[in-house]
Amino acid sequence: MDFAASLSLIVPELVLSVSSLVLLLAAAWMGDKASQLISTIACVVLAVCFVLVAPSVCAGVSGPDTLAFGGQFHADAFAGFAKLMIYAASGATILVAPAFFGRIGAMRAEFPVLVLLAVVGMSVMVSAGDLIAFYIGLELNSLASYVLAAFLRSDTRSSEAGLKYFVLGALASGILLFGMSLVYGFTGTTDFDGIHLALSNGLPTGAMFGLVFVLAGLAFKISAVPFHMWTPDVYEGAPTPVTTFFASAPKVASVALTARVAMEMFGSEVDAWRPIVIFAALASIIVGAVGAIGQSNIKRLLAYSSINNIGFLLIGLAAATAAGVSAMLVYLAIYVVMTVGSFVVVLMMKDENGQQIEGIADLAGLSRTRPVLAWCFMIQLFSLAGIPPLFGFWGKFVVFWAAVDAGLFALAVLGIAASVISAFYYIKIVKIMFFDEPADTIRGESDWVHWALLAICTVLISPFGFLLTAWLGNLADQAAAALFLLA
Amino acid sequence: MGGFPILSLMLLVPMVGAVACLLAGAKAARMIALVATLADLVLGIVLWANFDIGGGQWQFAERAPIFAGFSWALGIDGIALMLIMLSVFLMPICILASHSIEKRVGEYMATFLFMEVLMIGVFSAQDLFLFYIFFEAGLIPMYLIIGVWGGQNRIYAAYKFFLYTLLGSVLMLIAMLWMANEAGTSDIPTLMNYSFPVHAQTWLWLAFFASFAVKMPMWPLHTWLPDAHVQAPTAGSVILAGVLLKMGGYGFIRFSLPMFPEASAQFAWLIFALSMIAVVVTSLIALVQDDMKKLIAYSSVAHMAIVTVGLFAFNVQGLEGGMMVMLGHGLVSGALFLCVGVIYDRLHTREIDRYGGLAINMPHYATFFLLFTMASIGLPGTSNFIGEFLSLAGIYQVSSTVTLVCTTGIILGAAYMLYLYWRVAFGVQKNADAAAMPDLSGREWVMLGSLAAVVLWMGVYPESFLAPMRQDIQTLNARISVAAPEGDARLAFHGAAAAQADAHEGAH
Repeated sequence: MDFAASLSLIVPELVLSVSSLVLLLAAAWMGDKASQLISTIACVVLAVCFVLVAPSVCAGVSGPDTLAFGGQFHADAFAGFAKLMIYAASGATILVAPAFFGRIGAMRAEFPVLVLLAVVGMSVMVSAGDLIAFYIGLELNSLASYVLAAFLRSDTRSSEAGLKYFVLGALASGILLFGMSLVYGFTGTTDFDGIHLALSNGLPTGAMFGLVFVLAGLAFKISAVPFHMWTPDVYEGAPTPVTTFFASAPKVASVALTARVAMEMFGSEVDAWRPIVIFAALASIIVGAVGAIGQSNIKRLLAYSSINNIGFLLIGLAAATAAGVSAMLVYLAIYVVMTVGSFVVVLMMKDENGQQIEGIADLAGLSRTRPVLAWCFMIQLFSLAGIPPLFGFWGKFVVFWAAVDAGLFALAVLGIAASVISAFYYIKIVKIMFFDEPADTIRGESDWVHWALLAICTVLISPFGFLLTAWLGNLADQAAAALFLLA
Repeated sequence: MGGFPILSLMLLVPMVGAVACLLAGAKAARMIALVATLADLVLGIVLWANFDIGGGQWQFAERAPIFAGFSWALGIDGIALMLIMLSVFLMPICILASHSIEKRVGEYMATFLFMEVLMIGVFSAQDLFLFYIFFEAGLIPMYLIIGVWGGQNRIYAAYKFFLYTLLGSVLMLIAMLWMANEAGTSDIPTLMNYSFPVHAQTWLWLAFFASFAVKMPMWPLHTWLPDAHVQAPTAGSVILAGVLLKMGGYGFIRFSLPMFPEASAQFAWLIFALSMIAVVVTSLIALVQDDMKKLIAYSSVAHMAIVTVGLFAFNVQGLEGGMMVMLGHGLVSGALFLCVGVIYDRLHTREIDRYGGLAINMPHYATFFLLFTMASIGLPGTSNFIGEFLSLAGIYQVSSTVTLVCTTGIILGAAYMLYLYWRVAFGVQKNADAAAMPDLSGREWVMLGSLAAVVLWMGVYPESFLAPMRQDIQTLNARISVAAPEGDARLAFHGAAAAQADAHEGAH
């Protein structure tokens, strides 16, 4: 394939890279007063990329025509589906940030630029067809994320979050690189398809170690148990818009990358990695559920909730079928909407001076003081708990259906029984909001962007979301099929 | 009715009402809720009037494949029709009974109307997963009803209700997913005629049992019920006892029996054992209660046990009896909770000892209360007599022992209900405040009067209620008769039958 064709496949990434560099220069020359303008342009850029990627997802493209640079980069429907979620979640992050940082005078022009750089990294991650592209994308995203976590330089919690994230992230990168080197050493190639073919005759012990280390590194990135410890600390310490970002876009990218690694690179070794994924899935569901019960900070609680959700996502991966990957994508799409919705509610928790509040106890009696906010949050929470008729139920439903279809009954039964534990802490928050006497600390007004985002998320999560199931399922099926060309 | 989507309309009316209530003020919300539930009652009557008795098994069917994996499929048979009628009949009464609710009226009415949507949805869903969504979604409004408008210990009760029923239901979901994969469809009428492998039926039956036994509730999974009942507001208790408990029985009759007939026969002993224990134990517990609502809640568990033995008797009498007890109990226990609500609104206590001699100052109330007490005992001429008699007649064909034990429930039922009535309505007026309570208001007359009329109608002329269900119950009986367990009765005067039984025994 010639160079021009390859370049035409990476147009969204080119647009993102060039515009982020231009905006970086603009930020350097124009200073922080231009941050509003730069944020707006960044959102427009993401919207343009969204439009650029959408046709490939709708058409469900896959196969040799989507390989750029000799297979290093896959611009297939699977990558496209993940990219759409990443762009949407990142756009939402940039939209909610100015109000948060502006109030404390910390809005800097670098914020949207860093988000854009992270998005470039994530785009490469989900499209990676080669270990090198995989690592470059991951690191580009991670480096931008470390800076974002420490964005409030004067705030010790934010600096602590950045440092923790960096040290543990570097460790995970090391583990990942070690695994990659083993895989390369035992297969003689860095190409995903090449590794697939090389391993199809059997899995050498060294490559087995490589597989375990690669999965461990990825488990850190998706914050699956037992590599989840950084999540609550980083989510709590990072500024809330950044937490919104961490919980949504990089999650999507890492999960999509994990699916691609598992299905494309190690697609012939399902039996080797399935026990690992099953363990991580059940452990994440249980630790995520039990860990959340004792939390008093809403951001920590949502961090455990995201660990819990990763467990359900991994059940789809454990199925190791096209239906399972499709279910994961559907779950991810719903999860992104619920996550953005819940964090927007957290961003809207302000006292009368406009200070952010993060205590769960401050939500007490919210249904009487701020009924609309309370009802919206309740819908998000019941949806996260997977109670029908809310749309979060559909995500769990398709994932468990895929697991049952693949014959994993024990996993499905244990997973769904453990979901009852997680339901407990969600309904505990509903109890605090609806049954308790009002604490009346949440009084601050929120700007219309927050309300608009919350309204969009709530409508998508409401039973109306079920009208999307046929369309969403169709897109996800096409996208998932792109991963199973070699099988 | 042609292709008119009346069932969808019945779901839409309360849904629109719920949204309107959420946005409206307190006074308007009461009005909207009453109008919406009455409109649904009218639609229900239209539904019954147009139901073709002896016509097709599934009527008013609608099907729109607008979702992935399942479709918007609605349709009813006679069994579902009767339960929908029960729901739409009780709802306006519940709205009237909620007069004493003062706080957050709009949200209260909205949750009740949402509840009505879900109840009609459960009984009319023709798709496995649509059924599950309606079945499970009831958790949200009931959680709010108990938690926000309940009594002192409401939070504990709300948690218990939510987590118990959720745990029961999620296992059923896995079983449903397996069934849809195995049969290649999630269409309920098709699945009702699909023969699952017998060994798989065992597991599927247990998974469904986990859900329905909690909802029903069967001993020993009943402990959420007294807590939830006592803490829920009056209307919440009426809906809980009147309709929500019937979802468990409906589940058995719609899913467990026709879909897994062999497993049902295999586990009939379990149902019988749990039901026998439930009848005796919960009746004895009811006998020592000081709290009126708790007493009625325990009596509900005992009545539901009669339903389950009837359903698992594997004959027409048992099935008809089970259905009639469900309908009769829905009316009578609802009415009894309303009776408690009437005096609770006046004195704000459910403690039996705080009342006494109410027949003197509240004669109309005492009359209604007596009627419903007698109906609960199963006095001939009232609704419960028909159902209990048929159920016990059905089970007698299978096991005399089970019948013997279950019949004690009726005797014990008479004991605790009459004891309750005696302490509340008769005797001396030992409490001045109780003695000063005024008799029924016009609103309460309407509520109790309409219930009393239907209770007597069902007792005197049960044919109106049995006729729509007859054909469906015969179809069901034909489906499950292959697996029907052999009865223990040895009819001496039926020479042929006895000889056959002897030959059968000789073969072993």
